[in-house]
Amino acid sequence: MLEIITPSVSFFVLLSIFFIGAISSLIYQKNDSIANFLSSFFSIIGSLCGLFFSVSMIIYGKNLSFIINYPYSSFFKISFHIDLLSAFFIFIISLISLFCSIYGVGYLKHFYKKYSIGVFGFFYNLLIGSLLLVVTASNGIFFLIAWEIMSISSYFLVVYDRYDTDNIKAGFLYLIMTYVGTVFIILSFLFIYKYIGSFEFIDIKSGISLIPLSIKNNIFIFTIIGFGTKAGIIPFHIWLPAAHPAAPSHVSALMSGVMIKTGVYMMIRLFVDILQPIPVWWGILILIIGSISSLLGVLYALTEHDIKRLLAFHSIENIGIILLGLGSALIFYSLNMPELALLGLMASLFHTLNHAIFKSLLFLSAGSVINEMHTRNIEEYGGIIKYMPQTAMFFLIGSMAISALPPFNGFFSEWLTYQALFQGVAQLNLSFQGIFIIAASSLAFTGGLALTCFVKAFGIIFLARPRSTKVSSIKESPLSMRIGMGFLALMSILFGLFSGYTSRLLEKIGKDLSIFKDTNYFTSASFYQGIDIKNSFASVSAPIIFVVLIIIIFAVIFIFTFVINKNQKIKIENTWGCGLNLNKRAEITATGFARSIILVFKGILKPSIQNEVEYHDADSRYLPKSRVITIHVKNIYNYYFYQPLRNIINIISLKTKNIQSGNINAYISYIFISLIIALLSVL
Amino acid sequence: MTILIWIIQLFFVPVISPLIIGVIKKIKAKFQNRQGSSIFQFYKDLWKLMYKDEVVSKDASWIFLYAPFIIFTVTIAVGASIPLFASFLNGPTSDLLVIVYIMAISTFFLSLAGMDTGSAFGGFGSSREMTISALAEGGLIFSLLTVALVSSSTNVFIISGINILNHSQHLLSIMLAFIGFFIILLAETTRFPFDNPSTHLELTMIHEAMILEYSGKRLALMEWASANKLIIFIALGSNLFFPLGIAQNISWLALVIGIIVFLLKILFFSTIIAILESSVAKFRFFRLPDLLITSFILNVIAIVLIN
Repeated sequence: MLEIITPSVSFFVLLSIFFIGAISSLIYQKNDSIANFLSSFFSIIGSLCGLFFSVSMIIYGKNLSFIINYPYSSFFKISFHIDLLSAFFIFIISLISLFCSIYGVGYLKHFYKKYSIGVFGFFYNLLIGSLLLVVTASNGIFFLIAWEIMSISSYFLVVYDRYDTDNIKAGFLYLIMTYVGTVFIILSFLFIYKYIGSFEFIDIKSGISLIPLSIKNNIFIFTIIGFGTKAGIIPFHIWLPAAHPAAPSHVSALMSGVMIKTGVYMMIRLFVDILQPIPVWWGILILIIGSISSLLGVLYALTEHDIKRLLAFHSIENIGIILLGLGSALIFYSLNMPELALLGLMASLFHTLNHAIFKSLLFLSAGSVINEMHTRNIEEYGGIIKYMPQTAMFFLIGSMAISALPPFNGFFSEWLTYQALFQGVAQLNLSFQGIFIIAASSLAFTGGLALTCFVKAFGIIFLARPRSTKVSSIKESPLSMRIGMGFLALMSILFGLFSGYTSRLLEKIGKDLSIFKDTNYFTSASFYQGIDIKNSFASVSAPIIFVVLIIIIFAVIFIFTFVINKNQKIKIENTWGCGLNLNKRAEITATGFARSIILVFKGILKPSIQNEVEYHDADSRYLPKSRVITIHVKNIYNYYFYQPLRNIINIISLKTKNIQSGNINAYISYIFISLIIALLSVL
Repeated sequence: MTILIWIIQLFFVPVISPLIIGVIKKIKAKFQNRQGSSIFQFYKDLWKLMYKDEVVSKDASWIFLYAPFIIFTVTIAVGASIPLFASFLNGPTSDLLVIVYIMAISTFFLSLAGMDTGSAFGGFGSSREMTISALAEGGLIFSLLTVALVSSSTNVFIISGINILNHSQHLLSIMLAFIGFFIILLAETTRFPFDNPSTHLELTMIHEAMILEYSGKRLALMEWASANKLIIFIALGSNLFFPLGIAQNISWLALVIGIIVFLLKILFFSTIIAILESSVAKFRFFRLPDLLITSFILNVIAIVLIN
């Protein structure tokens, strides 16, 4: 029954480590610290094994597939197929879960005696294990089972902090959206099964020509909704800003960094690999979705002052950027330009990796601050850099990486995305060029707005004077949390520095997909030269940017500190406050900071101000006792999408209520009528 | 010889930049019927500030202390990676996106430094600066993309080496993109009608509000970096869109001509800026996005016209 070769054993060992971690932490749930140790130990070891496994797979370029036949069913097989794309996602999952698990050792301590750590460890390990299954499963049914384990275990992690009723509500929303998405995924698999007669991905791929185009288009729409819900594209993103703040911070990091990427993985798997050849409008639609998600994601992020919701909206933005790369790849391939398609795919894969790194770094460092401050409202922070200098440094690195500032990793993947889009602008005819111009401009504006948003986030959280009294009692987070964040920050720098080498490997991963087998590289990459676009259109070299910036900054600091006026005295004084006593109300707030840009985009964000004044005496209305100003932003996706949807469902359910009369005779007649209809349809 | 040219290239921006500020101030003074200070006044100001003691806010963190160095570094690095008087140097950091995003580092730290002291002025200055620079980024990238598409390279040295004005069929695109770029130039270098570089009126200021808490050496670096940024944008505008007279090969004559022509171009641009500042009023803040979006749309039209 088992046909196993040696590397597949190592994959099963990998899975079983997480399984043992899950079970053992559940067994020892009576003792919090033992459960914490077991859960973290096994997830760390498992992640390390996963790293070795995936790196060796990528470097040796091996493909691996094995099937465990399940004797009682013809269509259900436990079959795995691990090609380089899967190995790449295993790499991302292991990398992020490694540092999240290290971080978790210290972070979980504040849950001791409050919640069961064993249960947490169970679902945490289960989540990582199921993530690995999702990116390796090669059978539709088996995939759905893994997908469900992933959704359920992450649901329980979202509602882990269950005494807060908001978290229960957020979890419920997440569950509903997940199931809506899953329904569409199941539908698309059933459509495929109807025409192919198999759930095996390999069979589907070889028999794809059996599916008529109209059905294929349906499948495309269903999978976009299904996997797009998990990935968090607008307008299916509403669970994301609700669920991420509810979960413990390292779970948010894992969910935002890795779990939503499984949606991206399946889009790549289906559209680039299995369902090829595809019509060109699929790529155009993905490009448009990417543009909308990136731009709206960052705009809504600007309106937030809950730090984790802000980061969640940035996840939506970055998924948009990933889809810009993917969409351009699909368009290029449909237009028979495989070299450029490979460039687009590379860009989206690289951004997937980079976003996983810097977004989990940001979530972890935000989590450290929340852990001390016990609030997520950034208006109550301020001046934290003096109390948590290292966390501040890590958040700064994450902010710079996500804002695509060189020399951090985010810049290089956005650079590649830009190149793919620029090539589209340069080489395609006018109708396609327009789409690429829209995509490139949304990427450009997204870059500027993301920078604004992270100036706001970093400035309000860490700089200036404390905005509440709580700040003065906080201290730097424990060692294990700093290690987790520190390594992610290091990764952010290393994947920037080695972006040339990384993109070389990404090319290899792209070429492993069957449609790119004979494709020439459009880029050339090496360590010193960095990434070069063929025909010398553009090139970027990370090491040289590093060296240039570092040499100049040291020279500048040296000259202006030690050569010119080296005996200068520095006096520490109060900030100038026009002679007034500066208190926290003199500082700018997050709302105030973003207000002008929100007003600029008032066509989209629809901001509103409510002014409530209470007077000392209601008759004369001269002396106001208190003023309340509520600043609100209307969500257009709620207003134009979910609200009408809700209304329609309400109307339909009101109409169907009419047939429910409570009269038994009526019910019997319903049964009779349906019986006759059934009979007629059989005859 | 190449090394010598590189050294000139590296020091050209910081050495010349205070002069432009002096020239612009002088021309503005003439417009106002004043004598005006000497065109070398800004050098003296920098010198004076360098040798003063400093006052630092007790609320400030290392961001405030090191931001001037970072911002100055960025202007030096970018100044060395763009064509000034010679188009054959071809630095490895001369990709247009690299330049745009390295300059974003300086915006990032400038805004953070503005917020760091907890003064209301700095905070609002940062907010305004980020609003403008976020909206300017699209126009900046697209205007540079237009010339990059015409010369089919994003390397700014290569763009300046190919005389794009010879591509007469693209002349309209290039001119539209230049108008778009010039609007961005005014926005990014905090000039009229975006910002008033000589005001300290809290309702209007952007750049001056962010550096309000600085004094001594750090103020000098901030002011100097801002002057460098002006010359960087003038160099991009003049050498990418009008690459006439730029030295195309290594010879003393070409280099001398290149430097002289570049100085003339700087003079021309500073005259235009000075005339503009003497004749145009500062726009209301919420009208600035219209101007920036205009720049962006001009660039989109320019790109569409290329094909």
